[in-house]
Amino acid sequence: MKRDWIPLLLIPLLGVAAFPLVGSPASWVTLTVAGLAMGLMIFVMASGLTLTFGLMDVLNFGHGAFIAVGAFVAATVMLALGAWMQADSIWLNLAAFLPAILAAMVVSGALGLVFERVIVQPVYGQHLKQILVTTGGLIVAEQLLKLVWGPDQITLARPTALRGAFLIGDIAIEKYRLLAVVIGLLVFAALALTLSRTRIGLLIRAGVENGEMVEALGYRIRRLFVGVFVVGSALAGLGGAMWGLYQETVTAGIGAQVIVLVFIVIIIGGLGSVGGCFVGALLVGLTANYIGFLAPKVALGSNILLMALILLWRPQGLYPVAKR
Amino acid sequence: MLRALLSDDLPRSRWLAIVLLVILLGLAFAPFLFPGAKSLNVAAKICVFIVLAASFDLLLGYTGIVSFAHTMFFGIGAYGVAIALTRLGAGWDSVALGVAGGLALAIVLAALIGLFSLRVRTIFFAMITLAVASAFLILASQLSDLTGGEDGLNYRLPLALRASFRPFDGVNGRVLDYYLVYVVSLALVLMLLRIVNSPFGSVLMAIRENPFRAEAIGYRTVVYRTLASCIAAATAALAGALLALWSSQTNPDTTLSFDIMVDILLMVVIGGMGTMYGAAIGAVLLVLAQNYLQALVGDRWLLWLGVAFILCVYFFPTGIVGRLRRR
Amino acid sequence: MAEPLLSLRGVKTSIGRYHILHGVEFDVAEGGLTMLLGRNGAGKTTTLRTIMGLWRAAEGEIRFAGRDIAKLSTPDIARLGIAYVPESMAIFADLTVQENLILAARAGPPDQKRLDWIFARFEALKRFWHLPAGHLSGGQKQMLAVARAIVEPRRLLLIDEPTKGLAPAIIANMIAAFRELKDGESTLLVVEQNFAFARQLGDTVAVMDDGKVAHTGTMAAFGADAGLQQHLLGLGMGEHQ
Repeated sequence: MKRDWIPLLLIPLLGVAAFPLVGSPASWVTLTVAGLAMGLMIFVMASGLTLTFGLMDVLNFGHGAFIAVGAFVAATVMLALGAWMQADSIWLNLAAFLPAILAAMVVSGALGLVFERVIVQPVYGQHLKQILVTTGGLIVAEQLLKLVWGPDQITLARPTALRGAFLIGDIAIEKYRLLAVVIGLLVFAALALTLSRTRIGLLIRAGVENGEMVEALGYRIRRLFVGVFVVGSALAGLGGAMWGLYQETVTAGIGAQVIVLVFIVIIIGGLGSVGGCFVGALLVGLTANYIGFLAPKVALGSNILLMALILLWRPQGLYPVAKR
Repeated sequence: MLRALLSDDLPRSRWLAIVLLVILLGLAFAPFLFPGAKSLNVAAKICVFIVLAASFDLLLGYTGIVSFAHTMFFGIGAYGVAIALTRLGAGWDSVALGVAGGLALAIVLAALIGLFSLRVRTIFFAMITLAVASAFLILASQLSDLTGGEDGLNYRLPLALRASFRPFDGVNGRVLDYYLVYVVSLALVLMLLRIVNSPFGSVLMAIRENPFRAEAIGYRTVVYRTLASCIAAATAALAGALLALWSSQTNPDTTLSFDIMVDILLMVVIGGMGTMYGAAIGAVLLVLAQNYLQALVGDRWLLWLGVAFILCVYFFPTGIVGRLRRR
Repeated sequence: MAEPLLSLRGVKTSIGRYHILHGVEFDVAEGGLTMLLGRNGAGKTTTLRTIMGLWRAAEGEIRFAGRDIAKLSTPDIARLGIAYVPESMAIFADLTVQENLILAARAGPPDQKRLDWIFARFEALKRFWHLPAGHLSGGQKQMLAVARAIVEPRRLLLIDEPTKGLAPAIIANMIAAFRELKDGESTLLVVEQNFAFARQLGDTVAVMDDGKVAHTGTMAAFGADAGLQQHLLGLGMGEHQ
């Protein structure tokens, strides 16, 4: 069978094209790793959003709330376990870091369940109301965040083991970015395996294509959707926790800050496609870092430009999802 | 006479008529009813936001599309005037040039975004506008040579609008400025009323109800939606220009930020989508809440407004106006 | 007389503002194959979709195996033992042939004997077992859509225009498969435009006209009555081959 490799080729192409512009190999490696790390964090946050859209035609404009909640919960846990975070032992560091991201995922996932029930469910199939009501959910969630964690930003120090960089010659690779890449790739692998190897995964892919037929085969797509929504929210929480630690500060606006990148990524990838989301996220991450280095003033504009170019080339995104 | 002025779109409820009359007269006599710099400032803000919210209602309520870039057009109008006044001096010719420049940019951008993304679907348009607006916000804060960056621009208004200008006893330039804002706002709202009650407005609503059917009948939905988007953008830019002419300072927080986008959404939805009058009521409520409620109940009010917003979308899509009309 | 497997009484369905079905009434007896015929736009597809719960009957009763299913959700209806092959086929293009059938078999991995039986009829499915279904030809997609409905035994099969655009050789295989099914475990309700096909295969017939069932009876009697065919289907035999 034929796979569509061209979008995938864009990633190395972009890296190669940036090399002569950046000039120094050391900076190029640093930028590339930073771009991959950023891209993969955005992928983790965006994957659930694109799937819920594909499955039920629901786009949650309040997705940023889960990102923010994840960041805050993780920050709270890590601050509470501050002594372990600052200890000079990687095991103690992990003993603080792992529960923090787990808690972020659990709380965001639980919030996702509530959000789905209260906010999203009554407006299935009505796009205008969906946009409005999920935006309303975001407003309320942001206010609740301020209520619980206060209006000020929280400063967060990375655990000892994740500070600093590995040095290879004159090339420096930040440890935390490397970890972000590893976690991001793990999430991608887990999602890809689930979607291609398990019955649930097949059902999700079938449902993205034709939900009606999945129902006619005897499966309750509503339950499937709720499950995907909750997992997507939990992943958004994980992404938010990682992003917070990356920025080393957490603010109530963190969701709104990242959600724009998330939207750009899922538009570029093709609404509903996890593979497209992955490629789109890496492109966005790399572009942002290369351009941020070469011409810092236009960094965010560069992503809009990237989106426009890709949509001119493929109006439905890199991997359009076949719909009925 | 009144019918013609309101384009035959009467309040159709005694209570609504009373509320609107109170707003109209209250604002008309604001400099004398509520003296003091702060209250005049609040009154002027109300005027500006009524226009801004009403122009957003043209999109949301009448055309059925959600744009998150409305503040961008608002900001373009404001920065047009602000930049012209900063660069070219405090004359009326600068104001005219700034307004014209802002209008042109707003219309061109709206047309581009519309033609590019309105042919797809509502959700797509909403996402694209969000992305573009956030890029614009960053751009405005980065191009500090032109826009003053995060701090924005402080500039001198034309002489006749300054506090030091005293043509008669008891009337100074600020009062004149206020009436400039008031009259232009009123004219813009009446213009929007005319537009939504024209044949063009009926086509927009037909498209909102059933885009496929409208297309089948022969209306090119993309063109109509893009036109509506351009009109809304132009009106928002004019509202921005009014704000710039009122406040003698323009910065990202007061014109471009997402907080303002949220405010506009709250105004239109709580006031009542697709009613025009709802925008006026919503704007009055929200601006008053921001300026006076904040002191009473703290930041919590935005939480309750958010809840009210969700309830409105579910249960009262025509908001306060719809409630008043049902009495 | 035994209770029919499926019976519709006074079923009315609207899509948006348009009333499509104006009180459909007919029975399908257990065993055998009923052909649902009628002109384009008579409401055949809408009838199948309404039985499946994909469009809601605004009024009326749909009884299957003794219980009213008009208010049940589509998955619940499917789980009572009804399979549906839509006119659009609705195969999952992104999934392989194998994966399509894995999903269709709710009870677990597809039974190998049954698969062999299906492969004997639809050889292409075996050949392209690991190919994404989107790459199949139109006829092969139709085979897959039917295979999906019969990969596990179902009491009632609802099939919408199975011969549309198929080559004669495939139609012959389709006929053979449907014969075996109706003589064995299943009851079939088939919407068909191809009258020659319908005539070969149908035991009984229900003919729809303008959102109602205008005629029911045996296929033999209907096939012999050229006047009735002309009246209800609007086309002479020549045009039906």
